[in-house]
Amino acid sequence: MRVWRSGALLALSSSFACANSKFDFQPPQTLIAHDIRDLHTWIMLMIVVIFCAVFGVMFYAIFKHRRSLGHEAKPFHENTVVEILWTLIPALILVGMAWPAAKVVLAQKDSHDATLTIKATGYQWFWGYDYLDSGFGYKSKLVTPRSQIENYKSAGDAKGEHYLLEVDEPLVVPEKTKVRILTTSNDVIHSWAMPAFGVKQDAIPGFIRDTWFRAETTGVFRGQCSELCGRDHGFMPIVVKVVSQAEYKAWVSKKQADAKAAADDPNKVWTKDDLIARGQKVYEANCAACHKADGHGGGPFPALAGSKIATGPIDGHVHIVLTGKGAMPAWNGLSDTEIAAVVTYERNSFGNKVGDFIQPKDVKAARK
Amino acid sequence: MSAATEALHPAGHPADHGHEHDHDHAHDHAHHAQTGWRRWFYATNHKDIGTLYLWFAFTMFIIGGTMALGIRAELFHPGLQFWQPEFFNQLTTLHGVIMVFGAIMPAFTGLANWMLPLMIGAPDMAFARMNNWSFWLLPPAALLLIISLFVPGGAAAGGWTLYPPLSIQGGMGMDFAIFAIHLLGISSIMGSINIVTTVLNMRAPGMTLLKMPMFAWTSLITAYLLIAVAPVLAGAVTMLLTDRHFGTHFFKAAGGGDPVLFQHIFWFFGHPEVYIMALPAFGIVSQIIPTFSRKPLFGYVSMVYATSSIAILSFMVWGHHMFAVGMPPTAQLFFMFMTMLIAVPTGVKVFNWIATMWQGSLSFETPMLFAIGFVCLFTVGGFSGLVLSIAPIDTQMQDTYYVVAHFHYVLVAGALFSLFGAVYYWLPKWTGHMYSERAGKFHFWWSMVWFNVTFFPMHFLGLAGMPRRIPDYPLQFTDFNSVASVGAFCFGLGQLFFLYNVIHTIRGGVGPAPANPWEAHTLEWEVPSPAPHHTWETPPDEALVRKGFAAQALEH
Repeated sequence: MRVWRSGALLALSSSFACANSKFDFQPPQTLIAHDIRDLHTWIMLMIVVIFCAVFGVMFYAIFKHRRSLGHEAKPFHENTVVEILWTLIPALILVGMAWPAAKVVLAQKDSHDATLTIKATGYQWFWGYDYLDSGFGYKSKLVTPRSQIENYKSAGDAKGEHYLLEVDEPLVVPEKTKVRILTTSNDVIHSWAMPAFGVKQDAIPGFIRDTWFRAETTGVFRGQCSELCGRDHGFMPIVVKVVSQAEYKAWVSKKQADAKAAADDPNKVWTKDDLIARGQKVYEANCAACHKADGHGGGPFPALAGSKIATGPIDGHVHIVLTGKGAMPAWNGLSDTEIAAVVTYERNSFGNKVGDFIQPKDVKAARK
Repeated sequence: MSAATEALHPAGHPADHGHEHDHDHAHDHAHHAQTGWRRWFYATNHKDIGTLYLWFAFTMFIIGGTMALGIRAELFHPGLQFWQPEFFNQLTTLHGVIMVFGAIMPAFTGLANWMLPLMIGAPDMAFARMNNWSFWLLPPAALLLIISLFVPGGAAAGGWTLYPPLSIQGGMGMDFAIFAIHLLGISSIMGSINIVTTVLNMRAPGMTLLKMPMFAWTSLITAYLLIAVAPVLAGAVTMLLTDRHFGTHFFKAAGGGDPVLFQHIFWFFGHPEVYIMALPAFGIVSQIIPTFSRKPLFGYVSMVYATSSIAILSFMVWGHHMFAVGMPPTAQLFFMFMTMLIAVPTGVKVFNWIATMWQGSLSFETPMLFAIGFVCLFTVGGFSGLVLSIAPIDTQMQDTYYVVAHFHYVLVAGALFSLFGAVYYWLPKWTGHMYSERAGKFHFWWSMVWFNVTFFPMHFLGLAGMPRRIPDYPLQFTDFNSVASVGAFCFGLGQLFFLYNVIHTIRGGVGPAPANPWEAHTLEWEVPSPAPHHTWETPPDEALVRKGFAAQALEH
C-alpha cells in the first residue's frame, strides 16, 4: 500500500511533463501560472521525500518490531535531542518552502501598470465584461444546449468537445499585455477563475476586487465559476480568447462601432435642434480637449470658429472627422449618429451659422 | 466529588443525602430501575448518554452518507441524470452540515462521555442533568435539518459554509438550518462545559494534569476550543437570520455591510472547528498505539504541548480559507506563514506515534489497524493541507476537488477512522463481549481500499481544475469522477458491515471479554467488562492509579 501511494505521488509529480494531463494543472500560459506549477512541483518533491522517509521508518517498525516475530518492546519514552531536532528540521524545511512562495504572492498581488482594464461582473448565472478603456461591454453566456445537459429521461444529445465550457462571446484580450480584471457581482458571490493563467478572484457584490494576467500565447482558454452561486453554479463558464495585438485592435473597433450602432437607431430622422444638443455632448467628450469648449482651439490645434472646413461644404466636414488629418485622428470609432450630431453642432456653434445639418444615414453613406 | 455524586441520584430519593460512597454496586443498580424509553429519555448516567450520543452519531453518519451517495450517483457521468441542480446543492449542503455537526462532533462527545469518567476515575460527568439536555437537543436539531428537505424551496443550498448573499436568498430551509445550528451549538457548549469541569475537578487521587490519559487532554483542549468558537458561529448565523428577516445589513453592501465579514466570522469558528474534529482523534490514537506497541507513549509532554500549540495556532489561520477573496499581500503572507507553522506541532505528533511504535512489540488487532491507517492517511491529508497553505498554489486549488480530497482525508481517514478504532478498542468494555477480529479486519481493509479509491482521484480532479459543488462537469473530468463514485458506493456498503459487527458484538460476539483484553494501563480497564452501570463511586485507590502511571512511564 505504501508503495502504491508513494508511486501515485511520484506519478503525480512526474506527470508535470505531459501537456494537458488529466492529472495536473492546465498548461500554464502566464509567468505566474508557471511559477505556481514550479512551486507545486518543488513542494510535492519535498513531500514525497519526507513521506517516504517517515513512513519508511514506520513500516520498518511494522515489519520488524512485531510481536509475532518475538520482538521485545524496549520501553524508552523520551529523548530530548531527538524531539528538538524533529521540531527544528521541519521548521527549516518550511522556511525553504515559504521563501519562494512569498515571492510569488508578491508578484501575484502586483496589479499596477496594467495596459488594459476589464470589469468582470458575475450574474446568476453568466458573466458580464466591460471594457472600461474602450467604452463597451457585453454578456458572456453558456451555449451548451440543455438537450446535451439534461439526461433525466434519456442519454440526451451527444456532448460536444467543450461541453459546459463554451460561451456565446468569450472575453477577448491581446497577447503579451498586462490585463487587469476588476471583479464584482450583481447578486451573490461568484469567482472568476482561469486556471491556465493562475488566476482566481472572487466577485463580491457591492465591492470591487482586482487581479491581473499577462497571457504569453494566443489561444482559447477555459475555466469555470469557482464559488457556489446557486442553481446554475456549474453552468457559467469563463472563456478567454487571447489574440494578437493587431487582431485585438480590429476587434475593439468593431465592438465599439457595434456598441454605438446598437445604442442609437441609425435610421432615425433627427431634427436640427436635437442634433445640436446631442452634438454638444459628443463634442465635449471627444473634441473639446484640443479644439476647446469655445471652439477657438489653441497652440497647434486650429479653431473651429469660423474655420473653412466647419463653415464650408458639409461633405468635406464629415470627411475630415471620419479620416482625420495630421495631428487629428480619424474619429470613425464614433457612431453615425454621433458624427452627424457633432458635425451639426460644430456648424451651428461658436459663432458659426451655416444653418445646415446631416442625418446619420448620410454619415453612413459617407463612410463608404 | 459530592456535588457530582448528588447529581447522579434523582431528586427526592431518600439516598440522596446519604453520601453512601460505600454502598455496593448491586444496591446502586436498584436505584436506577428506569426501564424502556424512560431509561434513555431521563438518562443521567454518563454511559447511557454516551451510548445515546454514539447511536445518534451513527444514524446521522448513515443519513449524511446516503446523501453523499446521492451526490456521487449524480457525478458518476457527466450530464444531469438524477437530480435538479437545486436539489444537488441541498444534498451537498446537508451532507456537510450533518456529517460535521451531526456525526463527527457528537461521536467524539459520546466517546468522551462514555470514557472520560472511566479513564480518570470519576463516578460520572460533572453535570449529569445538563448532560441529558445536551444530548436531547440533538435529535430536534437533526429533525429540523431533515424536515427542511420537505419545506417550500427545499433545504439550505448554500453549502455548509452558508456564505451570504446566497444564503440570504434561500427559502425557509435556510431558517431551519440556522435554528438547527443554534441547537447544535448550545448542545456543544454544554457538552464542553461538562467535559472541562469533569476533567479539571474529578480526577483520581494522584492524577495530576500531566498524568492524565492523552484522550482526556485532547478532550479538554477540544472542549475549550468549542466554548471559544461555538458562540462565534451562533453569532454569525444569527446575523444571517436578522439579515434575512429583520432588515439588518450585516452582510449587505447596499446597507453598508460586507458579505466578506461573514466569511471572516465563519472561518474564525471554522478553522478551530477543524481541530475540534481532529484533536480528539489524536487522543484516541495516542491511547491505541501505545497499547498495541506494548510501550509507553513516546514524548507525552511534547504531545500535550503540540496539542496546545495546534489549538492556539488554529485561531490565527482562518484567512487561508479566503485566499481567493482578495486580501492585501501582507495578510496573505501572514495567514500563509501561520498555516505552514501548524505543520510543526502536527509533525511532532506523527513522529511521536512512530517513535512509540519503534522497537515495540507490535500486534495488529483492528483498533491498531485503524490507528495506523489514521496516521498514514491523516498525514496525506496534512501534506495536501501544506500544499493548500501555499497561497499562490491555493489560487489554483481554492474551491476545487483538491480541497474536497484534502478535507475528506482529514475527516474520514482522520476523524472517522479514529472513531472506528475507538469503537473496536472499547467495544469489549462497553458490551462485555469480544468482537470478531476477522470481521473487524475485513471492515478495516475494505474501508481503507475504497476510501482511497474514492478520494485519491479527487486530488487529480482538483489539480486539473474541477470546481467543487457542481452537479455536472466538463468531459475531461469523467474518468476520475466515475472511479470516485464506484469507490464511494463500496465504502458506504462497508459501513453497513460495521453496523453488523457492532450488533453482532452486542449480541455476544465471539465470547465474553476479560476486564483488560488489551493489557492496557489506563483506569477504564480496571473495572469489569461490561462496565457496570456505575463505576468509580469511590475514587480508585491511589496505589492502583500509580501502578498505571508507572506502566505508562508517567511516574517511576
